[in-house]
Amino acid sequence: MSKLIYLDNAATTSLDPDVLNEMMPWLQNGYGNPSSIYSIGRDARKAIEEARGRVAAAIGSKPNEIYFTGSGSESDNWAIKGIADAYKDKGRHMVTTNIEHHAVLHVFEYMEKQGFEVTYVPVENNGIVDVSKIMDAVREDTILVSVMMANNEIGTIQPIAEIGARLKDHQAFFHTDAVQAIGNIPVDVSKLNVDLLSLTAHKFHGPKGTGALYIKRGVKIGNLLHGGGQERTRRASTENTAGIIGLGAAIEKAVTKLDENSAKLREIRDVVINRVLYEVPFSILNGDREKRLPGNANFAFRFIEGEGLLLFLDMYGIMASSGSACTSGSLDPSHVLLALGLKHEIAHGSLRLSFGTDLTGEDIDYVVNSIKTIVQRLRDMSPLYEDYLKNKTTEV
Amino acid sequence: MYSEKVMDHFSNPRNVGEIDNANAVGEVGNAKCGDIMKIYMNIEDNVIKDIKFKTFGCGAAIATSSMATELVKGKTIEEALDLTNKAVAEALGGLPAVKMHCSVLAEEAIKEAICNYLKAQGVDIENYNKCENCCRGD
Repeated sequence: MSKLIYLDNAATTSLDPDVLNEMMPWLQNGYGNPSSIYSIGRDARKAIEEARGRVAAAIGSKPNEIYFTGSGSESDNWAIKGIADAYKDKGRHMVTTNIEHHAVLHVFEYMEKQGFEVTYVPVENNGIVDVSKIMDAVREDTILVSVMMANNEIGTIQPIAEIGARLKDHQAFFHTDAVQAIGNIPVDVSKLNVDLLSLTAHKFHGPKGTGALYIKRGVKIGNLLHGGGQERTRRASTENTAGIIGLGAAIEKAVTKLDENSAKLREIRDVVINRVLYEVPFSILNGDREKRLPGNANFAFRFIEGEGLLLFLDMYGIMASSGSACTSGSLDPSHVLLALGLKHEIAHGSLRLSFGTDLTGEDIDYVVNSIKTIVQRLRDMSPLYEDYLKNKTTEV
Repeated sequence: MYSEKVMDHFSNPRNVGEIDNANAVGEVGNAKCGDIMKIYMNIEDNVIKDIKFKTFGCGAAIATSSMATELVKGKTIEEALDLTNKAVAEALGGLPAVKMHCSVLAEEAIKEAICNYLKAQGVDIENYNKCENCCRGD
């Protein structure tokens, strides 16, 4: 295989060499425990606080509103469980959408078992939630509303600022999972009116295993991890110094280059979307055409199943992902695609491409041509396509 | 996660296609679950002279269809009815646990085609002792 083309940046991204350079000293001589009193400990503490400042600057918060965690999933878990724990006397109802990441959805399912009531607001067919439907779901005893900023599968961008504004005078706290958003679209907590926001470094060319939760000043939260007094007693664990430094460096770079990168990604995305929809018959774009992440394209190809497509793409050196059942080992297609109202058999034939800025025009040609060839090859094997050709009865 | 054999049969499936005047056709599975297998056979003198398949499904679904057609091609109806999903999976060097249902579907598709053939031949399926596992869909 001559060249590998990575189109799965929504799953994770490569580590930026500049970020790695900043991390390296903290993996070598800078091993001191940041809680220690001697110099190498104090140096680590200082570097961590600088990183906290960089994260805060990147999202428009104050440094003391940033708490480092081990992942985006941990941040989501902490936000939901922590608010429930701190405010259960104010109410036991929470609101979310039906396209959240599993790190949110499965936490809410767990909360239901703990005696909380959760309303899952369905999104519209374009993958965007209607603000008024969120507000209709909010009750007097609602303590938390959690809506993701951008969806991980279909890339749709949710009206977070509008929801935040509408919730201003309500007791309910507002959490957003911004894991996919940072580095792709502007994220400013003061403009969004959110109380809690999750992010993770490895989605914007930082290291894996380092996330953060923004907690607005004054918001109480129960602890997920108990132990030492790290993160102002809210999150025990010896700090992952190198990871935190990497997060700080990566988010600063991502936000500085946001306009340039998102413009590039948008151009790539639009070319690929237009070409695939035009050149591959019976292809559908999942999620809103405009209000989506600059680097996300998600297609459904009728009459075929997604896993076969991914396996063939891999043989062509193209790394992508699918909302397909088979990849996750479950028989159900992705909850996100079903939430768009796609029929099961169509949702099974989905492909997510999440681009990087390094993709060339030549790469795009190769990718589109490969998709065309593979989709046709799988259709030639598909009894559904055969039925369609014979009867032309299946509705589009 | 797939064995080399599975990848081989997925990327170079044997016996893909249709048979225009097939005298035995069977289709199992449904699109909602993400797998459909359709088998075409030409049976002459009790022997499967030719066999083709079409499959909508994951890599394992395509590979098990391909392997199942290979295993019964040239066999008598009775031999083909002895096919088990385990034999298909073993011939492929094993399948991930979550994909075992694909081998079950492949076995069922072969038996469904034969069942339909026998019925068209006027064979009393109820009392056809070799067909315990076929015609399950009826």
